[in-house]
Amino acid sequence: MRELKAANITQAVMELAKRANFSLRKDVLLALRKAYRREKNRRAKTILKAILDNAAYAQKENLAICQDTGMPVVFARIGQDLKISGNLKAAINSGIEAGYKKYSLRNSVLSDPLLRGKSGFSPCIMHMDIVPGDKIKLTLLPKGFGCENKSQLKMFKPTAGIEEIKQFIIEVVKNAGADACPPYVIGVGIGGTADYACFLAKKALLKRIKPQREPQRGLSPTCPPTHQWREGTVPGLERELLFKINNLNIGPLGLGGKITALAVNIQTYPTHIAGLPVAVNISCHALRSASVIL
Amino acid sequence: MNKIDTLKAGQELLFSGVLYVARDQAHKRLAEAIKKGSRLPFELKNSIIYYCGPTRTPQGKVIGSCGPTTSSRMDEFTPLLLKQGLKAMIGKGNRSVEVKEALKKYKGVYFITYAGCGALLSKYVKSVKQVAYGDLGPEAILKLEVENFPLIVAIDVRGGCIYG
Repeated sequence: MRELKAANITQAVMELAKRANFSLRKDVLLALRKAYRREKNRRAKTILKAILDNAAYAQKENLAICQDTGMPVVFARIGQDLKISGNLKAAINSGIEAGYKKYSLRNSVLSDPLLRGKSGFSPCIMHMDIVPGDKIKLTLLPKGFGCENKSQLKMFKPTAGIEEIKQFIIEVVKNAGADACPPYVIGVGIGGTADYACFLAKKALLKRIKPQREPQRGLSPTCPPTHQWREGTVPGLERELLFKINNLNIGPLGLGGKITALAVNIQTYPTHIAGLPVAVNISCHALRSASVIL
Repeated sequence: MNKIDTLKAGQELLFSGVLYVARDQAHKRLAEAIKKGSRLPFELKNSIIYYCGPTRTPQGKVIGSCGPTTSSRMDEFTPLLLKQGLKAMIGKGNRSVEVKEALKKYKGVYFITYAGCGALLSKYVKSVKQVAYGDLGPEAILKLEVENFPLIVAIDVRGGCIYG
């Protein structure tokens, strides 16, 4: 059985704190560049330029992309044939603590949600999964609360139609409006239980943003190419929702424009005959995450 | 500062001068102090509040990442602060009907700036001084001197609003 020291995990998480907060994810950066090229509205274009400049400046100067360095969310996929010597959870929290301190990130975590009190760096939120193999994959998603505050869960009736679900997701985005730093990435979890749908919506934000095809002449830049649009399938639903959300004209900073969302990512899971949970977790344009395999 | 009354929603400008950083918990304390009639940690009259909670300051820098936070969370405290003479606020996102009315009544202005661009905005901050509530950590009240800080007028003194 392969062995891994908890201290190595602490070290790795520390570096994830740096990477996740200083460097924008490559797929997000590409999507923002594409959005900048496509956007015609002058002000929206200026804002997208500022967002791209910000990412470049943060990277160059070793500064956090956003001052809200989030409630750190750590996803750990642990190989069942891996033996970790030491305390895994403590090792992850120590890594967050040390990394956030070392890289001058923000201490946004309160130890008591009601009493509030003094803020610190940890604990983070941990999602553990056991998978085959003898390695561990750690992913850090620093989740800002401007956008986290706009999350919603709705328990639909099992007889609800797809239109109602689409309507709900669009309403959540409308409700976020200008507040949560558009253009957004929309994470959607469908199925499971109430808690599991919320988890899926968060996890959906980790899915790589698929590059959208360049628009064909004469079509709206956000119009889904019809040959790829298959009603009822998850990719079809993602495309259709992205198209509809981009027609809301919320735009960058909420001041109008074609790009309200960079992507809609949906994750599904089997559910109960009596229900249909749907959760939406919105990410701001500064969708940050970093992973490492040990 | 006199020019503030002539600004129109949608206008873009670069601001140089003093901003006071204050967000959720600082607002709660300011509102309590006003209600009790106790002395405020800074002169509210004609001042500008920036809704922000910067990261810790990296070595060799004036300030860390320092973008705006969601303004609507401060809505319940804002009319009281405007009544005390607060002139303007900087944040992100729309405001409540009550805030819009108070802005008109007390001739205040609400600005927005590039949200999610905290690294970039740190370039325009020339000095930082902690003013009060240090126990609040990233929510302490700070005094910033800024130069050419980019702003967009979101709500003007006549109630004109960029969000329609």
